[in-house]
Amino acid sequence: MVGLEHYLILAAVLFAIGLYGALAKRNAIIILMSIELMLNAVNIAMVAFSRYIVPLQLTGQIFAIFVMVVAAAEVAVGLAIIIAIYRHHKTIDATKIDLMKW
Amino acid sequence: MPYQLVWLIFLLPLFSFIIIALFLRPFLKSQPKTAGYITIAALTGSLGLSVWALMEVMATGQPLPVPDITWAVVDGLTIHLGLLMDQLTAVMLIVVTVVSLMVQIYSQGYMKGDAGYHRYFAFMSLFTASMLGLVLADNLLFVYVFWEMVGLCSYLLIGFWFHRPSAANAAKKAFIVTRLGDFGFLAAILLIFFNTGTLDITQLHSLAATGALAGTTLTWAAIGIFAGAAGKSAQFPLHTWLPDAMEGPTPVSALIHAATMVAAGVFLVARTFPLFSHSTEAVTTVAVVGGFTAIFAATMGLVMTDIKRVLAYSTISQLGYMMLGLGVGGIAIGIFHLFNHAFFKALLFLGAGSVSHATGTFDMRKMGGLRKIMPWTYATFLIASLSIAGIWPLAGFWSKDEILASALENQPVLFILAMITVFMTAFYMFRVVFMTFGGSYRGGDPEAHGKPHESPPVMVMPMVVLAILAVVSGLWNVTGDFGAFMGHGETHSFTEGFFGILTHSLPWISLMLAGLGILLAYAIYSARWLSAESIGGMFQPLYNLFLHKYWLDELYEKVFVGRVLLKGFFAGLQGFDVYGVDGAVNGIASGAMATGRAIRKAHSGQLQLYGLFIGIGIIVIVACVYFFG
Repeated sequence: MVGLEHYLILAAVLFAIGLYGALAKRNAIIILMSIELMLNAVNIAMVAFSRYIVPLQLTGQIFAIFVMVVAAAEVAVGLAIIIAIYRHHKTIDATKIDLMKW
Repeated sequence: MPYQLVWLIFLLPLFSFIIIALFLRPFLKSQPKTAGYITIAALTGSLGLSVWALMEVMATGQPLPVPDITWAVVDGLTIHLGLLMDQLTAVMLIVVTVVSLMVQIYSQGYMKGDAGYHRYFAFMSLFTASMLGLVLADNLLFVYVFWEMVGLCSYLLIGFWFHRPSAANAAKKAFIVTRLGDFGFLAAILLIFFNTGTLDITQLHSLAATGALAGTTLTWAAIGIFAGAAGKSAQFPLHTWLPDAMEGPTPVSALIHAATMVAAGVFLVARTFPLFSHSTEAVTTVAVVGGFTAIFAATMGLVMTDIKRVLAYSTISQLGYMMLGLGVGGIAIGIFHLFNHAFFKALLFLGAGSVSHATGTFDMRKMGGLRKIMPWTYATFLIASLSIAGIWPLAGFWSKDEILASALENQPVLFILAMITVFMTAFYMFRVVFMTFGGSYRGGDPEAHGKPHESPPVMVMPMVVLAILAVVSGLWNVTGDFGAFMGHGETHSFTEGFFGILTHSLPWISLMLAGLGILLAYAIYSARWLSAESIGGMFQPLYNLFLHKYWLDELYEKVFVGRVLLKGFFAGLQGFDVYGVDGAVNGIASGAMATGRAIRKAHSGQLQLYGLFIGIGIIVIVACVYFFG
């Protein structure tokens, strides 16, 4: 039987993978993808909670759709920034983009 | 007349100061004489009121009930600005107003043509107002306020010719040295206030009399007050400022540094005398310091060649007599000498000013033979010298003999010192007389103007008035009237009148000693039976000791100021400032900078590193909430 715990474990694993990717990868595109992964992990968790705890209300699902909308907008802005950085620095290696250094 | 008028005694000179400083000096510069006239008018008013007040006090035998003003109420403590118009104050008022008026009249001639004429009379008015306030004030707080104001005026007037470095330095020295004593006075005021809760002089008198204020507290309070008095009255070891104070104009020396301000110390001890008389230690201290200062200063007066410096040491010596008189005899005896001394010493200074007006110098070696040229100055100076030497029946004789008689009864050792001082006083005063007026004229200051001449009448007249007072002022106590008026017990044993005093042996001894002093001065400086040089040679070490003022100036400046203060105390303070205070401020700044330098490495610009820190931070917070929340 698949219960709430399994969904939460899945979400946690996905979130951890996303966090690892966001912190460890050098390619800015992959970092952006990792962030999407983390957002989706959260979506899974919210839908799972909604389904198991308040099944008659669709609050979690609606919230997940909101998150997807915001994520889409965020990806558009993020990609635009990455393109701008690429034009300027001829690289999208996140470790080389350290203008804010001391 | 209503008793509120007593307020005018010290307000009149104050108004004169305000008018001169605020209106005459800026707007009437072309009419300098007006300043002198206003000062004289104000002082004449004060003198008239002082005489009236004295008559009233004499008639009633009580302090006049002068209405007072509530000045401040702090936390239940009410401070009254009031006047204590008793016998002591009445006598002091007469002294201050008479001498001040005479000096102001004299100054009209002496300061003629000086660029600072307005400033001079403004300061003189302010001084007189402060001095009158000092003797009138009915509580120690206001005594202290006026005490500092006369000190300020003294500073301003010593440094009147401030363009001369010696005058500026002398002014600073006078201010700083007297301040050392004032510290003791202030400490005593605080001690008295914390122990009794009152500063009212009349209340303090009764507290001391009933024994509510007694023991070591009383002794220390009295000693602190005496420290202030010793600073103002130039008693050993704080006497070094007074000879240097002679850098000021001579009328200033006459008024401030001979007759009135330096006597303020004696007055203060007399004012708080019940505090002294109930403490054997304190009253003995006063007597011993006074007696020692009298002979100590007289020895230095023997060898000085500057006429004003001789008079300055003479003043210190006579102030020592007054302190001795207070210490061994009580208020009436000390204040009686103050009363007489004020007139003849002011006269001596005015005479010295008159002489230097004629010759352009204060160096007695360049004078001589002025007896014929300046007969009035000579006559008045001679009267004052006889008076200070204690020759019967002049003023100095009566007060000095009372001091000697009380000393004989109470402190035989000090009596012997005082007797030696009588001899020295007569000697150094007649040394001045013979060197200045005897023999033939020795040229004066080569750069001075023309031939010496008698001073104008405006200068001679005050000298004549003071000379009359120097003759007659002592007669007040011939039958003990003064002592009875002061109301502080017996005056002393010699109250048998004008001739009756000569039936005792003590006056004869002191007269003989004084006569010997005059004779010795005559032998050396007039008849020249003895040579001053050969005597100086015979007592070479003593002569050097006196001439260099016991090297006390050197001791104070080189050892105390140079070593102890500059190298020790101030260097320590500077070290604390540089390493302690600056170190703390700079240390905080450099500590912050070092911390920043160390932890700014974390500011790598690596976005992912920041993310890692945020993640770790969140984990830590969650862990804390989980385990401790």
